[in-house]
Amino acid sequence: MFRFIFGRLAVLIPTFLGVSLIAFSFIRLLPGDPVMLMSGERVMSPERHAELMHQLGLDRPMYIQYFDYLAGLLTGDFGSSIVTKRPVLDDFLQLFPATIELSLCAIILAVVLGIPAGVLAAVKRGTWLDQSIMGVALVGYSMPIFWWGLLLIIFFSGYLGWTPVSGRISLMYFFPQVTGFMLIDSLISGQAGAFKSAVTYLILPTIVLATIPLAVIARQTRSAMLEVLGEDYVRTARAKGLSPFRVIGVHALRNAMIPVITTIGLQVGVLLAGAILTETIFSWPGIGKWMVDSVFKRDYAVVQGGLMLIAAVIMIVNLVVDLLYGWVNPRIRH
Amino acid sequence: MSTVQNTADTKTGGTPPSGLSEFWFYFSRNKGAVIGLFVFLVILFVAVFAPFVAPHSPSSQNRELLLLPPVFQQGGMWGHILGTDAVGRDILSRLIYGARFSLFIGLVVVTLSVVSGVLIGLVAGYFRGKVDTFIMRIMDIILAFPSLLLALVLVAVLGPGLLNAMIAISLVNQPHFVRLTRAAVMTEKSKDYVVGSKVAGAGTLRLMFLTILPNCLAPLIVQATLAFSAAILDAAALGFLGMGAQPPTPEWGTMLAEAREFIQRAWWVVTFPGLAILITVLAINLMGDGLRDALDPKLKRS
Amino acid sequence: MSLLEVKNLTVEFQTASGPFRAVDGVSLKVDEGEVLAIVGESGSGKSVSMLAAMGLLPWTAKVTADVLTFNGRDMQAMSDSDRRKIIGKDIAMIFQEPIASLNPCFTVGYQIEEVLRIHTDLSRKARRDRAIELFQSVGIPNPEERLGHFPHQMSGGQCQRVMIATALACNPKLLIADEPTTALDVTIQKQILDLLMKLQAEHGMGLIIITHDMGVVAETADRVIVQYKGRQIEEADVLSLFSAPKSVYTKALLSALPENATGERLPTITEKLTDAEIFAGAVR
Repeated sequence: MFRFIFGRLAVLIPTFLGVSLIAFSFIRLLPGDPVMLMSGERVMSPERHAELMHQLGLDRPMYIQYFDYLAGLLTGDFGSSIVTKRPVLDDFLQLFPATIELSLCAIILAVVLGIPAGVLAAVKRGTWLDQSIMGVALVGYSMPIFWWGLLLIIFFSGYLGWTPVSGRISLMYFFPQVTGFMLIDSLISGQAGAFKSAVTYLILPTIVLATIPLAVIARQTRSAMLEVLGEDYVRTARAKGLSPFRVIGVHALRNAMIPVITTIGLQVGVLLAGAILTETIFSWPGIGKWMVDSVFKRDYAVVQGGLMLIAAVIMIVNLVVDLLYGWVNPRIRH
Repeated sequence: MSTVQNTADTKTGGTPPSGLSEFWFYFSRNKGAVIGLFVFLVILFVAVFAPFVAPHSPSSQNRELLLLPPVFQQGGMWGHILGTDAVGRDILSRLIYGARFSLFIGLVVVTLSVVSGVLIGLVAGYFRGKVDTFIMRIMDIILAFPSLLLALVLVAVLGPGLLNAMIAISLVNQPHFVRLTRAAVMTEKSKDYVVGSKVAGAGTLRLMFLTILPNCLAPLIVQATLAFSAAILDAAALGFLGMGAQPPTPEWGTMLAEAREFIQRAWWVVTFPGLAILITVLAINLMGDGLRDALDPKLKRS
Repeated sequence: MSLLEVKNLTVEFQTASGPFRAVDGVSLKVDEGEVLAIVGESGSGKSVSMLAAMGLLPWTAKVTADVLTFNGRDMQAMSDSDRRKIIGKDIAMIFQEPIASLNPCFTVGYQIEEVLRIHTDLSRKARRDRAIELFQSVGIPNPEERLGHFPHQMSGGQCQRVMIATALACNPKLLIADEPTTALDVTIQKQILDLLMKLQAEHGMGLIIITHDMGVVAETADRVIVQYKGRQIEEADVLSLFSAPKSVYTKALLSALPENATGERLPTITEKLTDAEIFAGAVR
């Protein structure tokens, strides 16, 4: 097991270096003067330009700049915003909980609905139930989620007036940020109705963000389940006199989960890509919206730092999924 | 001479189905795939003959009919079946012209990512060793970013626009083809028929492209279909974020972005472009599922 | 009263090219303490008929029988949950591929104790002790340690021993062994067969061995049923089958054994006999 973890970490290091190299080169590939880009100033004298070149360390050889950048990353220096001058890491840490909250709710919804739907479709293979589940899943898989979000807003917020259009909680409530998770903070605050308000703000973005992972998980679960149901050990389980519930829910599902867990892990990238769109539509103050806003504000220092941080998060989550995979699949563990 | 005679005789007994008709037999068993193919052909037809099919020009603005509702709603007109947008352009005509963009984007992205991905994957899978490790690390790095974010940032570097969006989407799509090709090449390479033709003296290029590659095609075709629909979705998303095709281009995602502010007043300006994206992507994905069933020998037997 | 009695069993599968009859009018009886061998080529419907008797076929299979009783109880009229109380407890089954037949995600200990948990009232501790005892009885060394192992950590022979131990967990009255030695090495085959025969004698249970191997039949069975393409061709006690086979098919089958071969090439059955001849020569 230890060797397994170590091997995974060893692969991570070159990937991390490569990612940092991409983030490093990104700002230097942009058309225009890096000094002006990085300082955010539009007009400047040649003296000021040279001074800033020196100040930003841009007059030194490229590889030294890269090592400086790398050293900065390792000490938690991801640069500072050109617009607000605040450190990128601070902004990231402040906004990230909103994205985690949304993504976690979405992946939980996707898993809780997707796995049973896939199992049901596999067990009832070829019936109308299978066909309808898979039909709905394919529509979900093909869904342009930015449009789906708008449709839900038109119907639930506009027509029915049930849910709010944007933000994380009603402006009526104000309480200090403790965990950064609105659902938890609203409970801690003890204000009547605050939690309910947070939930109503969360529902639509969660549905939108969960749509594609839900469809992918349902499809993957069905095909994994179909494969497993034909295995000899499922016949053995039935020959033991186990109930269908135990045969399918324990013996088959445990094996079918092995590829499904990989799929769920791969959804992290999908979720963060989806968060960019979902957060933009619902004005959800997370890192997805932050990145889009920064691209528009040409705050390239934030884009660079954010890119690095998001890639780091995905790498860490993938590592965790790999370890989980080893835990679920005994053939890897031993 | 006699052997020739023989084969000719045996063939009359019953010709084995050709590859294409066998493929069609399995593909057509999947009703969804046939529907998907039909819808796709309709969209393709509409896109190719857009100037003849569309009732109006996609850019002509009718100042008297702003935000006209679709024909089935009160106040709608037969002249504008799906209504008009905020500057009085006919939505149906814009959607028809938009199909050209989406299909074109899909085609370009798939071509770019398949060609580059297959070449790189072939090299990695065939030569293995350091080359392979190096290539796969780079693919890992690309895959470490959420695809849309990377595309967004790439477009920010290259400048917003349809061409740059297509390049960016191809780049983020291409690692899937590299991985797939590499995996397929690695399984095929150790098989007897490859060893056989190697022993017979086939050169490296011949082995790579004529011996191995054709036998890896099935998963690549399926992945290409999926990449086609993913490219349409990604391009629309970039357009929606204002980083893809720029207004007044009638690209579906860009149309949605323009329509966002009318979301509470005129549902049709928002609904129809998205529906067009959904139907196109769904049709292609239905075809993809059918292709997978028809090309996957493992599923055929059951 | 027979332990298992089957009369005129028929199994049909719905396929793309119409219904396919895998088992056609099979009848058999097994008594307590008796060893019955069902022998036939692959595709002769020998496994399917036993799976049908246990109700283990997928729902796409259509099973009909005039009589299907176990220990005097009608298995067809029984509800699914009642049948599950018998299966795994009074009728147990082991299969051809021992490694594939064990669930790779659970320890072998879990898989054997699971049967005890479902069919007995034993406590956790008692189940553990029983599992250890069973492992000892099938000749698995270090049972305490072995219980914590996963199937992929064991050899095929060891896995088949685990399967046998699992099958015997609730002292079944009838054990059905479906090609129990086919997937194993020749030396292990002998050990497993000896083990099965020893346990059968100790417990006095009925044993049905499904096989294509005449050697296995000769070594184990009291009575033999020969099947071909889903139909019963001949039924006889083992001595008379080998000394005086009645049907043309059995004669051909025996002459195809390597030890009976005379020429340079082994004779094959289908070379000599058509299906019609085989069915016409059936002795029932």
